[in-house]
Amino acid sequence: MNAIVDLPKEAQSHVGKNIPIYKERGQREVFCGLTGIIWLHRKIQDAFFLVVGSRTCAHLIQSAAGVMIFAEPRFATAIIDDRDLAGIADAHDELDRVVKALLTRRPDIKMLFLVGSCPSEVIKLDLSRAAQRLNKEMINQCRILSYSGSGIETTFTQGEDACLASLITDTPKQAPAAEKSLLIVGCLPDIVEDQFQRIFNELGITNVSFFPPKSSKQVVEINSNTQYLLAQPFLAETARLIEERGAKRLSAPFPFGVEGTTAWLQAAAKAWGIDEGKFEQVTQVRIDRAKKSLARYLPALENKSISFFPDSQLEIPLARFLSRECGMKVLEIGTPYVHKQHLECEFDLLPENIRIVEGQDVEKQLDRCRSDQPDIVVCGLGLANPLESEGITTKWSIELVFSPVHGYEQAADLAELFARPLNRSLKLAA
Amino acid sequence: MQLTLWTYEGPPHIGAMRIATSMTDLHYVLHAPQGDTYADLLFTMIGRAKTRPPVTYTTFQARDLGGDTAQLFQDSVNSAYERFQPKAMIVGASCTAELIQDDPGGLARALTLPIPVIALELPSYQKKENWGASETFYHITRGLVAFDKSISAQQYQEMRAANAKQDQKPSCNILGPTALGFRNRDDIQEIKSLLEAMGIEVKVVAPLNASVADITQLPQADFNVMLYPEIAQLTCSWLQKTFGQPFTKTIPIGTKATRAFVQEVAALANINPEAFLKSQDERAHWYAKSVDSTYLTDKRVFIFGDASHVIAAAKVASEEIGFKVVGLGTYSREFAREVREAAKLYEVEALITDDYLEVEEKVAELTPDLVLGTQMERHIAKRLGVPCAVISAPVHVQDFPARYSPQMGFEGANVLFDTWIHPLMMGLEEHLIMMFRDDFEFSAKAAPSHLGHSAAVKENLHSPEPQSNQIAPVVSHTQVNAEIFSGTEPAKLWDVEAEKELGKIPFFVRGKARRNTEKFAVEHGISHITIETLYDAKAHYGR
Repeated sequence: MNAIVDLPKEAQSHVGKNIPIYKERGQREVFCGLTGIIWLHRKIQDAFFLVVGSRTCAHLIQSAAGVMIFAEPRFATAIIDDRDLAGIADAHDELDRVVKALLTRRPDIKMLFLVGSCPSEVIKLDLSRAAQRLNKEMINQCRILSYSGSGIETTFTQGEDACLASLITDTPKQAPAAEKSLLIVGCLPDIVEDQFQRIFNELGITNVSFFPPKSSKQVVEINSNTQYLLAQPFLAETARLIEERGAKRLSAPFPFGVEGTTAWLQAAAKAWGIDEGKFEQVTQVRIDRAKKSLARYLPALENKSISFFPDSQLEIPLARFLSRECGMKVLEIGTPYVHKQHLECEFDLLPENIRIVEGQDVEKQLDRCRSDQPDIVVCGLGLANPLESEGITTKWSIELVFSPVHGYEQAADLAELFARPLNRSLKLAA
Repeated sequence: MQLTLWTYEGPPHIGAMRIATSMTDLHYVLHAPQGDTYADLLFTMIGRAKTRPPVTYTTFQARDLGGDTAQLFQDSVNSAYERFQPKAMIVGASCTAELIQDDPGGLARALTLPIPVIALELPSYQKKENWGASETFYHITRGLVAFDKSISAQQYQEMRAANAKQDQKPSCNILGPTALGFRNRDDIQEIKSLLEAMGIEVKVVAPLNASVADITQLPQADFNVMLYPEIAQLTCSWLQKTFGQPFTKTIPIGTKATRAFVQEVAALANINPEAFLKSQDERAHWYAKSVDSTYLTDKRVFIFGDASHVIAAAKVASEEIGFKVVGLGTYSREFAREVREAAKLYEVEALITDDYLEVEEKVAELTPDLVLGTQMERHIAKRLGVPCAVISAPVHVQDFPARYSPQMGFEGANVLFDTWIHPLMMGLEEHLIMMFRDDFEFSAKAAPSHLGHSAAVKENLHSPEPQSNQIAPVVSHTQVNAEIFSGTEPAKLWDVEAEKELGKIPFFVRGKARRNTEKFAVEHGISHITIETLYDAKAHYGR
């Protein structure tokens, strides 16, 4: 590991088994939070996302989502033009006009998110005030919320955090309930939600709800008798607001792989006082099945080295899964942001002799990557093909956010996402 | 503010990126917030580039706004110069950076780098991608090409003539192709080999694959070939004004236009094109002439895209394939006048808009047999169940194909013929569906069987209930309101038997039949449409 070029001299802090977290600043090759709209609009089925931004924002979303041919997408952009820049009061009138036109076209929309962007934040267009104002007018037709998905404030999945946080803010404070409830926080594919729901039911935890809900009409239960589990590692602000309402976080690793899923479920089982025998009875069959299915991909992955470029904050839990359950050697974990509390259980499971880099200077990170020569690199689409043409196998990171990867039944699918490019490289080289 | 579902063009800095990425030793430093690097994947994914675009972004974040973003920009310029050692640099701002007004040009000049640094002013809240590309190409050319204002264009021209060697071939540059340009890679190969076969030397192709040194050589050619006016017209005009280089105006898309282009080039190069033209095997022309294509006559086509591709496509559709152009339009406002002129030839009014919803409304209203458009029109056509082919950017990854697929020249005409005919139902199938409409497999509601979809898959697109909004499900706001307020359903206009009879007409002409009949009824004061009205209208309008 002495080939590390250009890492910041002073390691900022150490976690787990003395793993250094370096902080790096420079050009960042990441998405902004607006990108979250691409999966959020499918999850919350009666919601519409209206970005208030520039043509760049509109172009970003359609470039990211445009391969799909939509009959009618549930997102759009209100493009600010030079007339709006002349005076802010004017911009509010314009926004009202656009929102009303949109709701006339789509009367089926029950929840509208006004999504802030870099331009709207820089000119300080107050979208939360606009949302309040429009809410009064549309009181029986549509809920109107706002959050920021701007690049200056949010990186990729943080857009989901901001969106979910706005939903919590909009949920009225609730009195403590008599019955204890479990809340699963973070956007999960429907099939994964159903699997977790079944497991919790079998364990005897019946009062379980998922956040965000599939429909704007579902009221989420959050009170001082709620305990919550994070399903995603990028929900800092959402978690903070949930705790403001008295709910308690169950500390656990994230439910990736067999080990992560078991530990995550166990956190809930312990809190509900479910005995070990019961827990084993419910999980063991699933653990065995997942392990068997995972075994298929181990030959492709074992002893292969891997590096992560920062993207979604999923990097640390994924590196843990790949090192402990797939036998991979992790060289560098780049991540846009490290939330030390939410990740504390993960740090203990990470192998020694790795480095975590929070933030990015993409040119320097590429230099390190070229000098490390990992067997596979997890990176964004802007870097993937250029690295492939240099002979470095890549796994494009966005797919990890768009695929069902949580839980037992998906553990093998998750491994397969990494095995596939390696197998393909072998296949095409032969 | 403008409500936008899809945008036809990106912001102007994407245009500048297209120029920078086209060239080989030029670097672009873009003052932009974190996240704007999404633009890289247009090139690496859609264009499948093997290298990263030569663009350094400052990627400032909120915390930087309190500090010195100007310093951040200068640091980025310095490190980009050190790392990439470009021969020239362009600097500019994206939409957000434009708001914080750091003046990238002034800041970069203050660094006194030993290479030309060209500042771009691209107003993001007024202009768009093609304008940005055109402006960038022009400023790069002006910034790199040495010229003496005391020498007139004519003197430059005389100097070129005087310096010419005895057996020197006539020469030209090809201007306009860029990275992410629709089929530009193959168009230039096609046109370059066409020019060379005519005995003309191609000196520089720019900006695609051109170096900074190549740009400085531009004034040495006798004339310029302007392939894409959206990108190169400004530069071509300046080269003409400054160096007396004439440039071609014909866009060689389609057999006829290619022949006209050959004539135009021959005149500029002072050569006789007849032998060359005779030697061409014009396959597309013969294919359109062959009897198999007779059923294509007067198929109603709607055309939308950038100005040059639309004007060219309308000509090919009408004069070379025998379609009837029922509507055309463009999102290129800079070339609205040219498109309006072209529309007059087909007696339609040009639709000049960058509003996707307006285009959608127009297509729904016209119910054409075929839409020739962009990626966005594919969305519209899919929703309305109309066959569609792509003729212009914006396009997605499938329109950057591996195989040779020019739009220009004689081979381009072959590609156009195949591409446009493919989505239409083939002749025999069309006849059989007209005759027997109850086949369980080859249903009138189905997509063409050569496209390999079963009837069931398409069922939902061509719903069996013959209601007017089934054929044209997009209704304008005024229509929606009118229906709500009048409380009448438009379907009541139709007698049940007449409605059934209408259902027997194949879906691809049913929309037109319905429209014609309703129009006929209104014009003749008929309030209830019967089978007789349907056939009266048919007799009145013809097929």
